[in-house]
Amino acid sequence: MNPTRQLRRGEMRHGTREALHGYGFVLIWIVGFSIFTLAPLVQTFIYSLNQVTVEATGVSTQFVEWANYSRALFTDPTFVELLIGYTIETLVSLPIILIFSLIIALFLNLEFRGKGLFRTIFFLPVVITSGPVIKELTEQGATSTAGLAQVQAVADFLAELPGSVRTPVEYLLTSFVLILWFSGVQILIYLSSLQKIDKSLYEAAAIDGASAWESFWKITLPSLTPTTLVIAIYTIITLSHFSENKVLKYIYGQTYAVEGGIGYASAMSFVYFLVLATILALAFLLLRPSAGPRSP
Amino acid sequence: MNRDQLAHWKGVLFGNRTSYGVVFTAILYALLIAIGFVYLYPLLFMFVTSLKSPDDLLNPMVQWVPTELFLGNYEKAFKVLDYLATLASSALVSVVPSLIQTLVCSVVGYGLARYQFPGKTLMIGLILATFVIPAQSTVIPQMLTYRDLGLLGSLWSLILPALGAQGFNSAIFILIFYQTFLSLPKVLEEAARLDGASDLEIFIRVGLPAATPAFIVSIIFSIVWYWNETYLTVVFLEGGVQTLPMQLSKFVQAYENLYPPGVVNVLDRLNEAVKLAGTFLNILPLLAMYFVLQRWFVESVERSGITGE
Repeated sequence: MNPTRQLRRGEMRHGTREALHGYGFVLIWIVGFSIFTLAPLVQTFIYSLNQVTVEATGVSTQFVEWANYSRALFTDPTFVELLIGYTIETLVSLPIILIFSLIIALFLNLEFRGKGLFRTIFFLPVVITSGPVIKELTEQGATSTAGLAQVQAVADFLAELPGSVRTPVEYLLTSFVLILWFSGVQILIYLSSLQKIDKSLYEAAAIDGASAWESFWKITLPSLTPTTLVIAIYTIITLSHFSENKVLKYIYGQTYAVEGGIGYASAMSFVYFLVLATILALAFLLLRPSAGPRSP
Repeated sequence: MNRDQLAHWKGVLFGNRTSYGVVFTAILYALLIAIGFVYLYPLLFMFVTSLKSPDDLLNPMVQWVPTELFLGNYEKAFKVLDYLATLASSALVSVVPSLIQTLVCSVVGYGLARYQFPGKTLMIGLILATFVIPAQSTVIPQMLTYRDLGLLGSLWSLILPALGAQGFNSAIFILIFYQTFLSLPKVLEEAARLDGASDLEIFIRVGLPAATPAFIVSIIFSIVWYWNETYLTVVFLEGGVQTLPMQLSKFVQAYENLYPPGVVNVLDRLNEAVKLAGTFLNILPLLAMYFVLQRWFVESVERSGITGE
């Protein structure tokens, strides 16, 4: 575009026109967001401050201030317990999924015979992991690590541990296979960013006499820091939105329960959202790339 | 043994510039096989158990090889799931919103990538936020609205949000398209503009063809995620359209409706073999799709930069 060109009649400035065309493309999102996300979100918040009764004719509400919230946090023993369990499970699973998917991606990034076959197998969970399937497999014992937690020596060892340590370790032993099943997409993401690392960096390092081990710590890992953050956020959210998540199932059950109701369920879903946001913020602070370059 | 030979054997064992060496290769394959087993074991277990007759199930000697090829479990599961009808509606529920969502997300991603307008940063922030907000925090008012409109139980309750780019995991797809269109050279666009193409024509003629890998990734992932999604489908579709995962989650109840426990003989009671046959029927269509599209699936992910920033 030539900026010195004279504007014809009715022609807008280039910037304004570009902005308008841009809005034209994203308008559908703005409308969708207002109707299907923002409005329901505000409405849910209003519900959470009310006692909500659903009748055939409509919904009647009675303002109760923060009563639903205080009930969720201080009166209901199940909800807080489930929240703590969820937090522990997420914090235990996250590093395992990160490390495991990185190792698999590093393997799959090598050249070897039969790579295609292994790649096919490792991405299987992406396709078949759904709530009911996982539930059936767990119930029929297809996902437990041969009942390791039932072995007497292991059980004795667990009994020795203080409660706060025992819960995560027990979770780890009983659900290890299940945790690995949540690594499919993560492997994909790591693999695609491994392939974007400039090969000449490795060649330069090799000429300078760096071993493969050193190259990994000095080149590969630092290049993957932004990816790791993305994967961590993705993992936390997938685990939190998974339909077999116990907190979610409890909230869903309470929506239709006589003693619960929509108001109470709404309050719990906001508390849950806050806990999830806190975990995300924690992950962000720990993994953000601007933490400065690694000292050599 | 002279020094050259020594170096040669060291190379064979521990690797040199051209190969990884025997030791490393052996460790690599051992680990890959062990981990591959972790993924395959539940599937094998499910498949073998689903072929066991009630006798085989009770017989502790029968572990991995059933004494006969018993398809009775599949017959029952087929009936309980009302398989063909449920399969058809599952396909509908996953394919239709996926196609709509992918198309809408490509438009939005294009707008974000190719145009400068006030509020763009805010919008990207809000898109990320929609990914974080749990469905629970927005689902109840939506459900009540659909109930009032009479859309509860119909496919429209999933199509409408997809039309507004608020479908299942829409944020991810918008970001995939955003990244794809960001890397598209501006020159192509300007050439088309000189030819007198309008913005919409440029999007269709220049943008869409360049985004083919992103489309493949989005459609496949979208279908898989819609297929496997149960929380939203249960809330919006219960009482209407039935999907396979929904039907699987109430398998016990459905089974006992068809084969009441007090009435049928012992051999027709519900057992884990029938349940796992149902589970296998549930994932079979996805497995088939995966093995057919496997090559596209992995390669297009590698090319489309699903990484997001």
